[in-house]
Amino acid sequence: MPYPAGYKYTKDHEWIDLAGDRGKVGITDYAQQQLGDVVFMELPEVGRTVKVGQSFGTIESVKAVSELFAPVSGVVAEVNAALKQKPELVNSDPHASWMVVIKLSDPIEVGTLLDAAAYEALTK
Amino acid sequence: MVPFGGWEMPVEYTGITAEHMAVRERAGLFDVSHMGQIEIAGDQALEAVQRISCNDAAKLKVGQAQYSGLLTSAGTFVDDLLVYRLAPNHFLLVVNASHIDRDYAHIAENIRPAGDAVAVDASGRYALLALQGPAALGILQPLTAIDLASMKYYWFAHGEVAHVRATVSRTGYTGEDGFEIFVPPQSADRVWLALLDAGRSVGVVPCGLGARDTLRLEAGMRLHGSDIDETTTVLEADLGWIVGWKKTDFLGADALRAQKAAGVSRRLVGFETIDAGIARSGYDVYSGDTKIGRVTSGTQTPYLKKAVGLAYVSVAAAASGTEIHVDIRGRRERARVVPLPFYKRSM
Repeated sequence: MPYPAGYKYTKDHEWIDLAGDRGKVGITDYAQQQLGDVVFMELPEVGRTVKVGQSFGTIESVKAVSELFAPVSGVVAEVNAALKQKPELVNSDPHASWMVVIKLSDPIEVGTLLDAAAYEALTK
Repeated sequence: MVPFGGWEMPVEYTGITAEHMAVRERAGLFDVSHMGQIEIAGDQALEAVQRISCNDAAKLKVGQAQYSGLLTSAGTFVDDLLVYRLAPNHFLLVVNASHIDRDYAHIAENIRPAGDAVAVDASGRYALLALQGPAALGILQPLTAIDLASMKYYWFAHGEVAHVRATVSRTGYTGEDGFEIFVPPQSADRVWLALLDAGRSVGVVPCGLGARDTLRLEAGMRLHGSDIDETTTVLEADLGWIVGWKKTDFLGADALRAQKAAGVSRRLVGFETIDAGIARSGYDVYSGDTKIGRVTSGTQTPYLKKAVGLAYVSVAAAASGTEIHVDIRGRRERARVVPLPFYKRSM
């Protein structure tokens, strides 16, 4: 599955799709393959402050539980409640399955994120 | 692939959920050749097995198998196992992969007082395939002359499968109908491929360790190393039914009789979570503010689509319906004790 060229990526296997001062956040195809069948997600409340590199929730597959790490600092502006009802979408369509929208508090952090090619090289 | 008891084993082929559902609805094929085989033979073979295995092997007819425990003198589990009676004085014990050496040493040391009996680690002579699911019989029957329909649960027979010498037993670790097939290792790939081929039209899939674990948990079966080990007794594990109480003596008998008379202080129970979240192995269990136990297995099961688990809890909280709390990464989530198994096949 190709990694969308317009997204930015973290070494922890999250992606962020930026638009203005906001970004949709999800996990990569590589991450969902490692996890296996996703069955549960714990996502933050709207309004919660998140810090770059820190956990903003958890994602659970049948076999394991993993932290979700914020790719940027900011405030949770939206939570994808529909995804919580159908967590298996993370497996079937990982790059469209956003979990939260973060309103960035420190846009300069974006410079530390990876582009699609650099991220893909990391997973090889 | 992951290291497992000295073997490289696949966690999944196509995905744990898909494999789990295939076994519940159609059929799945597992390579469980990692399981160990120890044979005990000799004029006093029955006495030897009776000493080291807690269940009553005298009840076994030739061609019949039983679930049992290999116990310490404290009544705790060195391992759990299946005991097959191959002949009046010849038994086959099927044990867990990672414990073969320890089990063998334990058996060899403890059968000596029984007299004329010898134990042999025969693990290298057997590959083991498990075909499990409601379609298993229909897939296997065309490949063998053994009459599978007349074979009762926990019985076995010798014959051929796909023209390979085989022992077929109606056993498994999934809670479904199914068969375990012992074949010579050099022919295992042929039998594996023949079974996949024969099952293709009904949708048989190869299954890995992940589905093996979720299936056995849904069926309420204990996993040695997680739910039972050398720190847990047979009675604490709520497996009193595998103890041959009428036997005169066996390893662990005194401890178990004393514990049966006094009553256990903790017991393994099944639970399902009421609040959101999945309770995993190692999480603490509470009643109010009091810690009363620990989760030993837990997952979201693919068929029931519920977060379930096994936990040791104090007996006061062990009755079905009791509300308990599980510490899920710092949050106390409600759960309820429920009867085992979580899943029981309808036939």
